[in-house]
Order: sequence, then C-alpha cells, then structure tokens
Amino acid sequence: MEVKLHVSSSPHFKSNNSTRRIMLDVIIALCPAAIAACVIFGMRSLVLIAVCVATCVLLEYVSRKIMKRDTTIGDLSAVVTGLLLALNLPVDINPLIAMFGCLIAIVVVKQMFGGIGMNFVNPALAARIVLLVSFPSAMMHWVPALGAPQAAAVDAATSATPLVAEPGVYSYVDLLLGRCSGSIGEVCAVALILGGIYLVIRRVISPIIPCVYLATAALMSLIVGLDPLYQLLSGGILLGAIFMATDYTTSPVTKWGKVIFAFGCGVLTILLRAFSNMPEGVSFSILLMNILVPLIERATVPRTLGYVKKKKGAQK
Amino acid sequence: MAKRSLFHEFTKGIVKENPVLCLVLGTCPTLAVTTSAFNAIGMGVAATAVLICSNAVISALRRFIPDKVRIPAYITIIAGFVTIVQMLVKAFAPAINDSLGIFLPLIVVNCIILGRAEMFAGKNPVLPSILDGLGMGVGFTAALLCMGIIREFFGSGSVFGMQIMPVNILIFILPPGGFFVFGMLIMLANKLNTRAGKKVKTTPCDGCPMAENCSTKTCEKTENTAKEATVNAD
Repeated sequence: MEVKLHVSSSPHFKSNNSTRRIMLDVIIALCPAAIAACVIFGMRSLVLIAVCVATCVLLEYVSRKIMKRDTTIGDLSAVVTGLLLALNLPVDINPLIAMFGCLIAIVVVKQMFGGIGMNFVNPALAARIVLLVSFPSAMMHWVPALGAPQAAAVDAATSATPLVAEPGVYSYVDLLLGRCSGSIGEVCAVALILGGIYLVIRRVISPIIPCVYLATAALMSLIVGLDPLYQLLSGGILLGAIFMATDYTTSPVTKWGKVIFAFGCGVLTILLRAFSNMPEGVSFSILLMNILVPLIERATVPRTLGYVKKKKGAQK
Repeated sequence: MAKRSLFHEFTKGIVKENPVLCLVLGTCPTLAVTTSAFNAIGMGVAATAVLICSNAVISALRRFIPDKVRIPAYITIIAGFVTIVQMLVKAFAPAINDSLGIFLPLIVVNCIILGRAEMFAGKNPVLPSILDGLGMGVGFTAALLCMGIIREFFGSGSVFGMQIMPVNILIFILPPGGFFVFGMLIMLANKLNTRAGKKVKTTPCDGCPMAENCSTKTCEKTENTAKEATVNAD
C-alpha cells in the first residue's frame, strides 16, 4: 500500500468552524456587555457571572455523567448559557436563585431534551422566565446604575427601569451608555451592538434576525404610539435580538423562516410591552416564537433546485 | 385474555399500569388540583370511591347494557355516583369541596373512570372489577399525592399545610410547574418500569401499556410501520 488514497464520502471541504469556535465567538461578543456590567454595577456582577458560568458547566458535566453520555463541556455551550443567564439577572439577586436558574437551563431545558442542539427553547431564556415567574420580587429588584440620573439620591435604593420610568428621566445617551437600571447585561446598548457587529463580521449569526426583529419592533412602536428609538434602546430587546433570538438550535434555518420568526418576535415584544401588565416582553416573545420554529420551518421549506410545483388540477 | 390472579388485578393499577403515570389518563385533575397534598388526597379518594362503585355496577350490568349505547349508559352510572360523592363531600368535608371546586363534579368525565369501565368492567365479573377499580384508584391517589407533595413542598414551602421552608419557588404551584413535575414523574415511572420489566419487544403492541385491553388486538399504526420496515428490508 504505497499509494495513499483517501477514500471518504463528501463533504471534502471542511471549514474550521466548530461548535467550540462558534461558542467562543459568542463569548467574545458578550465580553463588552459583561465588562460594561462590571463597570456599571460594580464587581458584584463579575461574581454573579462567575457563579452562573461555573454552575452551568458543573451541572452540564454532572448531568451528562449521570445520563452516561459523553462529556460536552468542551464545546463551551454551557459557558455561553451561564453567561447569557447571568447577563439577564439583576445584580443583587441571591446566588442560590441564580444557581436554580442554571439548573433549569442546563438540566431541565437542555440535557433532558438531549443536550446541545436538541433543546426546544433557548435554555438561558427559559431559565430567566422560570425565575421571573417564581421569584417576581427578587427578579424585579433593580439597583440604580453608576451615573444614572437618580443614583445620587439614596444608597441601595431600588429604581425604575427605563421601561417603567417616567418619560424624560433617561436620555438616549443614558440608554446607549447603560446609565440606567436593569438586568446587568441589557443596560449598555453600545456594548451589545459592538458584540452584534462582531458576530455578524465573523459570520456567526446572519443579520436577518436582529435587523428584522428591531425593525419590526420600531414599526410596531410607531403604530402603538411609543417612541421607537427609546423602545429599541431600553430593556432587553438588544440582548434578545442579537444573542437570544439568533440561537442556532431554536431559530429557523430557512431565510424566510428567519424573517417570519424575527417579525413575530418584534410584534409580540412591543405588544407585550404596551398592553400586558409586565414591563418587559422580550423573553416571553422569543420563547413563544422558539416554540413555533418547527411550524415556521415546515411552512418555509425552500424549493429544491429543479423541482417544479405540481399544478392543482394535475393528476397524481 | 389469560386468567390472572385477583391480586394482580389490584396491584397492576398501582405500579405497572398506573393510570396517571403510565396510561396518562386523568391528566386534567392531576394538573389542576395537585397544588397541595391535601387537595390531592381529597381528589384521589373521591375519584377512587366513584371508580370502585361504577366499576362494580357496570360490571354487574354488563350483560344488560346494549353494546351500541354503552357509553351513555356508563356515563349515567358514573354521574350518579359522582353526584352522591359530591353531596357527601359537601356535607362532611366542605373545605375540600371549596378547594376542589369544579373539579369534583368533573370526575364524571374523568378518563380513568370511563377508561376502566370500557376496558375492564364492561368485560369482567364483579369482583375483579372492584379490585381493578380499587387498584386504579390507589394508583391515581398515589400519583396525585406524589405530585401534590412535590409541588406543595417547593411551591409553598410546606408539607400538608405545615410551613417548613422559608423560601418558595412560585412556579411549582402555577400551571407550568405542574406540567414540569408531571413530565418528570412520567419519566421516572418509565425508567422504573423498564428497569423492572426488562421487556424484549416482540410484537408491535408490546410497547403499548393498553395492549392487553386493546379492542383491536393489533395496532394499525405500528403494524403499518412494521410492514414498511419489512418491505424496506426486502
């Protein structure tokens, strides 16, 4: 056997894209938001992020071991989940509550449905909603941010997020720089946008979902009479549109599917913000659209090359 | 159907054919009333009483009920017993009546009771039917109690109304938490059943818990897929 013939089935070209590389890119893209969180809310955010990431990785390892499957912590997806979950929490949340969230995300939503690629909704989002429903007061306990307009008043007072604040309290600049209260990762719009641009340049996400999501949300805000720019910059919509809605597992693969998915997210977000009794609707709308993804994909299967659609009257 | 011992008729409802966790019947009351352990027991006992009585009467009347109108006849019998039970509960345990609310009269349409009437009492003598009803009722109550204890413990931090945990995880007593706990218990039951039985699949109906009582004897869907599989293999 001197001639070395490699016999293998297609594909023969491989890019060096791997799950690990993609997840690493997402982590890098989330770094600006994490750093901004540490600056705005102090080092407590770093502790929160560390707790969430460590718990998620540990739980992923343990649950894979218990289920007698291969260990998958090397693909970094648990790190991303932990990081995203931490960025979705208020800074002074009890670490035990955060760890319970990690349990929901990794064990219940991800591993019980078969691990990475099998979860039917975004784990971090589902965990956030479970926490929101279970511990409403702890999850809506907002601490004033560094440099926020009303921060000078009292130490450790709670303060309103931009979505429930009186109009005029926060300027656009405040929102862009994160001088407002909210979950630790959602406040600084600039950092999130930077991360989004990095992901698009690295081709990790396609810009369709964030763009359509934000455009729909802006349009809907106009229709229901809210300030579109204010709506886009406040709350978790940027974090949701860039990092949550674009999750590979829980968003459609087809182009038009992506458009429908993002459109639905945008419409629902603003409807929930404007008419429900909750201030924020991003997580619920993405979760709902996550569940609809299989239907959307079935409806938008692209035409196979060369396939001619049968006419209705034609015989079988 | 092979002759089986009376003891088997009683025990099968508790573990192997648990109506809630294996046959997945009676899901609606299971999810609705299990927010506390007390409610779960109340519901379980009420349904068990109805189940035993209706099974006994239906099996006694099985030769007189015409096949074509058997479902309305069963429902009438069941509704009669449900009314009696409801009156008794109202008179002697008004607190349970208040907390169960509409779900007490809704035992009439509980799938477990109609299911046992259709699958068992309509074909078997009185004594096995009573034991079947008792076993199924105990299985139903046990499953409800499991869910009730879990949901009450985490959701309100208490066991049978006694506060023992300072924190509570609200989602457990809300409907989504009910579905989650239900799913986990089914998972656990499946795990235990497959480990205990170690069944080897030979016929398509083996995987189906209702196979023994199934009226069609062969499952159309699974048979078709089996056929396809053999065709493909050819």
